[in-house]
Amino acid sequence: MSRNVDLLIIGAGPAGMSAAVTARRHGLDVLVVDEQPAPGGQIWRNVETMAATARGRLLGAAYAEGAGAVTRFRASGAAYEPGTQVWQVEPGPRAYMTRQGATSLVEARCLLLATGAQERPVPFEGWTLPGVLTVGAAQILLKSSGQIPDVPVWIAGNGPLPLLYATQLLKVGGRIAGFLDTTPPDRRRAASRMFPGAVLGAPGDIAKGLVWMATLRRAGVKIVRGVTDIEAIGGQAIERIRYRIASGDDVTVPAQTLLVHEGIVPTIHPTLALGCAHRWDAAQICFAPQLDEWGETSQQDIFVAGDGAGIGGATAAGLRGEIVAIRIAARLGRLSEGQAAASARPARGKLRRALISRPFLDALCGPRHAVLVPNDRTLACRCEEVTVSEIRAQVAYGRPGPNQVKAFTRAGMGPCQGRQCAYTVASILAEAEGRAVPDLGLYRARPPFKPLTIGELAALDETSEAA
Amino acid sequence: MFRKLPDSTMKAVTLSIDGVRVECAQGETVAAVLLRQQECWARLSTVSQAPRAPYCMMGVCFDCLAIVDGVASVQTCLTAVRDGMIIERQRGRPEAA
Ligand code: FES
Repeated sequence: MSRNVDLLIIGAGPAGMSAAVTARRHGLDVLVVDEQPAPGGQIWRNVETMAATARGRLLGAAYAEGAGAVTRFRASGAAYEPGTQVWQVEPGPRAYMTRQGATSLVEARCLLLATGAQERPVPFEGWTLPGVLTVGAAQILLKSSGQIPDVPVWIAGNGPLPLLYATQLLKVGGRIAGFLDTTPPDRRRAASRMFPGAVLGAPGDIAKGLVWMATLRRAGVKIVRGVTDIEAIGGQAIERIRYRIASGDDVTVPAQTLLVHEGIVPTIHPTLALGCAHRWDAAQICFAPQLDEWGETSQQDIFVAGDGAGIGGATAAGLRGEIVAIRIAARLGRLSEGQAAASARPARGKLRRALISRPFLDALCGPRHAVLVPNDRTLACRCEEVTVSEIRAQVAYGRPGPNQVKAFTRAGMGPCQGRQCAYTVASILAEAEGRAVPDLGLYRARPPFKPLTIGELAALDETSEAA
Repeated sequence: MFRKLPDSTMKAVTLSIDGVRVECAQGETVAAVLLRQQECWARLSTVSQAPRAPYCMMGVCFDCLAIVDGVASVQTCLTAVRDGMIIERQRGRPEAA
């Protein structure tokens, strides 16, 4: 089946929903597709069902805000297809997708990628053992399944999410064995220099972090600062964890669940596959698509909004979605250039304010060195089970880039297609070769993005010929 | 490894995991259900045959792959439960499953 729309939006989180609402206001024909069963993205996951419940209220005000955004989106008149897997995007713009076993091709006059972010991979020895999950995964389980760890849990990492989840977990009756704060002392110092500016600019954001920390202390949670190395130990599942404390000593404790988190990075798989230009964001230590002031990529008519454009949080994501949609409305003749500039002005002002505490958060929350270049025994590539030392050994044969290493070691060739190892492989090579990660680049992304059955592919062939 | 909070009652769905009947709730994902089982793993890794369980719950790690209604390598964290669904843990490469 092949369809035509004015605007195809991939992702129904804060950016995708707000772009849809704005584009509909300008009379565009909009289709929104999303992997999840309900709108809201990861931040507002399952908010339609949860917001009004007692537990939903325990998740906090930022979560509850999502209910309004989802209601506006539902009322916007945009076509919405949840549970859709997009497995290829091409200039055109054109996207191939599968929903409930049916494959279709959508041709759009403009494409907006609102695919958000993923948690930064946190490789360490034993990170593949059952019982090790990301903090984001645990929070998704709480929001969408009302589900918490059944034993006291270890939480390790840095940034706002581990603190937020820890307080949510305590409120719903969960227990925490220990909170291992991996924020390096030098980052804490660097961030503290920006603290006054952040407090004046965004007192709410900073106060939240302090309140969360105080909640953990009041609950008597064991908090260990300056943790450097972590290892999960076990046979068929995690049994113990070992961590190194600031003094340099190792501590080993029994553990059945360990949740880790070291910040989030933009989802760049689709823009890589499209051949869009990318930039290295030195403050956030990640790649992001190169965008103009309207969110357009280096490929005409293909736009990015939300955390996929660079990490900025939900409020910024919604505003970027609005700005992009105004541009698209102008591109499709619904607004003049001047009208577009004028109608984007309020959102631009709010966006600046929403991003004011970012430099502080970026300084505080960057990954420590061991997250980027883990020890030799760690699996860099979870799927094909390639260790850090096997990657490093490739440097003996010249100065390979990630794509050569992929061909020789299979790292990045498994089902996740490098989503979990791309930064690790690039960082290992960069360090060993004395080069910079942005000079090495990342894996090329090849379709399909997702495992497809032959049946799904065959179904597409028939329908596109008929179309 | 995980448990449902006591007030989490939604419409009941029954599926089977490796032949064992499991009760779960409408609206949740197969991966969430797997994580409540004694054996919480979804697949064996392709190289060392080590058990892997859902890790990211948002579609980016692919360690939640399992065979769903006969289709191999399905991301169970993106798959909502349906009554009568048949889940089989995936052992190694899908060709061998
Ligand atoms: S749990 Fe990571 S892809 Fe499903």
